[in-house]
Order: sequence, then structure tokens, then C-alpha cells
Amino acid sequence: MSAANPTTSPALPATRGKRRADAAERTAATTAAGRRRRRTDPARVVAFVILLVLALAWLVPVLWAALTSFKTEAEAAALPVTIVPESGFTLDAYITTLTSGQVPRWAWNSLLTSTAITFITVVISALAGYALSRMEFVGRKAIVALILASIMIPGQILIVPLFQLMLGLNLVDTYWGIILPQVVAAPMVFILMKFFDQIPRELEEAALMDGASRLRILWSIVLPLSRPILGAVSIFVFIGAWNNFLWPFIVVNDADLMTLPTGLQTVISAYGIQYAQNMAQAMLAALPLIIVFLFFQRQIIKGISTTGIAGT
Amino acid sequence: MTTADGVTVPRTSPRPNAALTGGPISEGRRRRRRAENIRGWVYCLPFLIAFGLFLIWPTIYGLWMSFTGTSLAGTKTGFVGLANWTEALGDANVWTSLANTAVFTVLSSIPLVLIAMGLAILVNVGLPGQWFWRLAFFLPFLLASTVVSKFWNWMYNPQLGLVNTVLGWFGITGPAWLQDPSTAMISVVITTVWWTIGFNFLLYLAALQNIPDQLYEAASLDGAGRWRKFRSITVPQLAPTTVLVLVLQLLSSLKVFDQIYQMTSGGPGGDTRPVLLYIYEVGFTGYRLGYASAISYIFFFMIIIVSLAYMVISSRRSVKA
Repeated sequence: MSAANPTTSPALPATRGKRRADAAERTAATTAAGRRRRRTDPARVVAFVILLVLALAWLVPVLWAALTSFKTEAEAAALPVTIVPESGFTLDAYITTLTSGQVPRWAWNSLLTSTAITFITVVISALAGYALSRMEFVGRKAIVALILASIMIPGQILIVPLFQLMLGLNLVDTYWGIILPQVVAAPMVFILMKFFDQIPRELEEAALMDGASRLRILWSIVLPLSRPILGAVSIFVFIGAWNNFLWPFIVVNDADLMTLPTGLQTVISAYGIQYAQNMAQAMLAALPLIIVFLFFQRQIIKGISTTGIAGT
Repeated sequence: MTTADGVTVPRTSPRPNAALTGGPISEGRRRRRRAENIRGWVYCLPFLIAFGLFLIWPTIYGLWMSFTGTSLAGTKTGFVGLANWTEALGDANVWTSLANTAVFTVLSSIPLVLIAMGLAILVNVGLPGQWFWRLAFFLPFLLASTVVSKFWNWMYNPQLGLVNTVLGWFGITGPAWLQDPSTAMISVVITTVWWTIGFNFLLYLAALQNIPDQLYEAASLDGAGRWRKFRSITVPQLAPTTVLVLVLQLLSSLKVFDQIYQMTSGGPGGDTRPVLLYIYEVGFTGYRLGYASAISYIFFFMIIIVSLAYMVISSRRSVKA
């Protein structure tokens, strides 16, 4: 607002320009007063300083990795340690990572499996959640109880029997082997069921009387009304799948089928000395989720308080 | 299921279309009920198949495996009774890895709850730049464990890392953080706090924003100062959230695997090896799936105890309220 004033006022008639300037002065005065009042509040200043120091400290590891990724390999491994690349910023590490090696392949595998997991999870959870919310059938209560009880089972303890099962199904070292065990999200069924419970039934009753099928009602009435929760569930399932380490690590040995987290892990152990490349890979792997966060910041933050709790 | 909404039609009431079609009530209704039964199951079926196959079955099968000598090498020794269980209880590695898990859980949970609460309270004061605080503290939570481990392995690098470089400016020679038995665990804990604090931070922030303003206004009218308001309103209002955050934190800290495997591989000398890593080593590098299952179940019981403790606490709380 104040920045636009100097450029526009010369073209304006003098009186208007003056009035504008007055108004600008007045608002400047009031905000300054407001700021002065705030400045005199020592608690706020202390809070601000503490937070600023902590927030910057929190960003240090990411900045340090970013700076390293722009160094040449020689400089990254040289003593004394430089903070800002002295031989200039270079994209060599990124270019090497993207042109040779398997990072693009792993990124593709991650995208493919995470998308499939998200899609299947949302479809089967929404169908089950809708039935459990709206239909009266024998065994409904038992299913709800079983789903709730199962939330207590930590997936990590199942790696041994699940691996045996995957051996039996011939799914070790396949995409389906990565995907299928991750589509079971009992908390998400429960969350969707609770959300559907809160949608008034009158709309559906009317559609039912007009002879619409249940599937049609779910698709064209219930799901559109559930967009916020479906979005939150999708984002969470996707992030969880994208970042999952333990299960893909167990079920895949073939380097061509690895996801980003598991693939990058093998690079650490194989070529640990290429520091700049190592950091470039980490930055590239982090980038998609940083972009997702910047775009969906509000949904993610809101989702944490509803779905995030059950998602852990 | 208890629905919160009082407006909707009760489940048991006849559906309007059922009433309209008329006819002999009993027969039409029975047919409709049977259709509804089938439809309900059909809708649940895709989920139930995956749920049964990939969650329930492995849970049961894992228990069975713990009584067998199943091996990844293919040699199938059958039922061995309680042999795996008695061996596990006498295995020093089981006990040290359980102890490491407990140490990690305590060391990480305390700062992850307290610092998250402190950060949320500071941010909730209403400072400018809300998006920046959220970005800074929450962003690491979105990163994959491998990325986090890469960042911190590089931070902790004894010669080239930032930590020892900065210490060097002050004339301090830092240790080899991840290789030194006296600093390895605390280093992993610091990384974990950095990585996961954003989640608890957001839960606290949401809780703080749910405290009604009237409480503070009423307290101000009564002449309460800032500290008094904090102690008598903020702290008690946050209590239920703290119980929830603490339990979620305990459960997720107990399940630690990724960052320890990636940063120290459980070393030095098994000093940071958590129980999940030992299960992995026994099962997948030692090929003893049966024995690994038995250890998994011992761990499972610990998790159940924490979960049940939470349920008891929270139900007692709701009875009181």
C-alpha cells in the first residue's frame, strides 16, 4: 500500500494527492503507535527472539545440506570446511545425480507406488466407511469393533509374517508387494465413517425414493460433500507411503524396484564419500514434499488435528 | 455406533421408501433387509479382504511362527513349543535392545512433548509471520527418514560436519558423534527431536486455539496477571492434549527403527540398537524367522500395555468429567 503511493501520486491532481498523503501519514502514525505499544510489551519481544533463534536453528541442517550440494566434490571433502561454496555455486552434483545413477528411476517407483497406495486406500476405505455409516447389516458392529481394536497392532511387528506371506504369494520384489500391505488403513476407515455420520441423511433419503442406487448416491452426493476429509486422508496416505522405509526395504531387493528412501539408503553405504552428490540426492528427494507442503499447507495443518492423530 | 447429530433419522426407524411400497410388511421388509445385509458386506469386502490378508492373518500367523523353527534359508523345522520364547527371555541382546528402546523412548519423548508445548505457546502469543514458524518447525516432519539421516550424518561428520566445525571455532574438538558410545544415542535423539517435533507442535497449537477466549477475558476482569492466567487456564486446558501427545509419542518412539538403522546401524557395539532392529537382524540377516517372531510378540505386549494404560487413564478422566 505505502509502496504504491509515491509512484501514483505525481499523476494525480494536487488536492487528491495531498489527501492521499494525509491518509497515508495517518495510517503510518497509527501503525507506528501500534508498533510502539507492541514494542513496549517485553514478553512479546522475548517470545519473538526465542522463536526466531529456534526457527533459524531448525533450518540449519537443511541449509547446510543445500550449501554442500552446490559445492564441487573436491571442496565438499576439503579441510578447512567452508560454509558458502568458495569456488562458486555449481549444479554439478545435481546434474550427475539426475543423469547417471538410479535416482530418477527410484523417484518414478515412489510416485507410482505412492499414487497406487493412495488411490486404493481411499476407494476401499470410503466404500467400507460408507457402508458402516449408513447401512444396517448383520456384523456391522463386529467389524467396527475389529477395526478399532486393530489400530493397536503396530505394523512394524508384522514384517516377519508379512514377508513370509509375500514369499508365498510370489510378491517379493514386485510393485504389488510394496503396494498391497500399505493399503490397509484402519484409522482412515474409522475417520471416514465418523465424517459420513455427520452428513445429514435427508438428501440421500430423497435420492433413494427417486430410485437412485446406493453407489450413485455415494458418488454424487456423499463424496462431493466429503471433499475436505478425502483431501486430508489422501494427503496423509500419500506422504506416509512416499516416506515409508521399513516395508519397501524388507520386500524389495532389486535396485530397479526400490523407492526413493530405500534406494538412497543403498547409495549411502556404497558411495558414502561423494558428499555433494549425497546432499543433492537428499535435496531432490525432499523437494516434492516441500512443494506439496507449500501448496497444501492449510489442509495439512488442519488434517493433523483430525486424521494425523490416527495416522501415526 | 453413537452419532453426535441429533437431527438425523434414527437408524431403527423404517425407511420412507419401505413404508411407501406397502404390501405385506413382513415379506417386503425381510427381502429388503437381506439385500441390505448383502450390500453392506459387498461394500466392506474390498477393505475386509486386504484387512484380513495383510493385517489380521499376519498377526495370527506371526504368533504361530513364534512357536516354530521357521527359517528364511528354507529349512523348515516345525513346532518347537516354547523354545523360541525361553531363548528370547535368556538372550542378552533382547534385553539390551529393549533397554536401548526404553532409553531412546524416555530421552526423546520428554523434549518432544515439552519443547513442542513451549514452541506452540510462544507461537500462540500472536507474533507476526505465523506461516514462517509453522514452516520452520513442521517441515522436517514431512521428510523421509533417509533424507533426515543424510542431513544429520553430514552434520555429525567428525571432520567435515557443521557441528564440529562450529565447535572448532570456539577451540573445542568435538567427538565422533555417531561412533562414540557416549554420544551416539543422544545424537540420534537430537535428530529425532528435530525431525518429528512439528507433529506435536501442531497438535498443541490446535489445542491452544481451542481454548475459549472468554476464559482469559473473565480472568483479566478478575485482575489476573499473565503468569496467573497461564497457570490457571492454559496449563489445565492443555492437560488432555498432553496426555494424548505423550501416549502417541511413547508409541511412536518405541517403534524407532529407520533413523537408527541409517545413522548408526545400531552401533557402536549395539549401544543404540532398538528392539525392532534386533528383530530385523535376527529374522532377515540371521534367517531365524521363528525366533524373530517370538521377539516381535514380546515387543507387541509392551505396546499393548502402553495403549491399555492410555485407555484406562482417558476413560477415568471422562468419568470424572
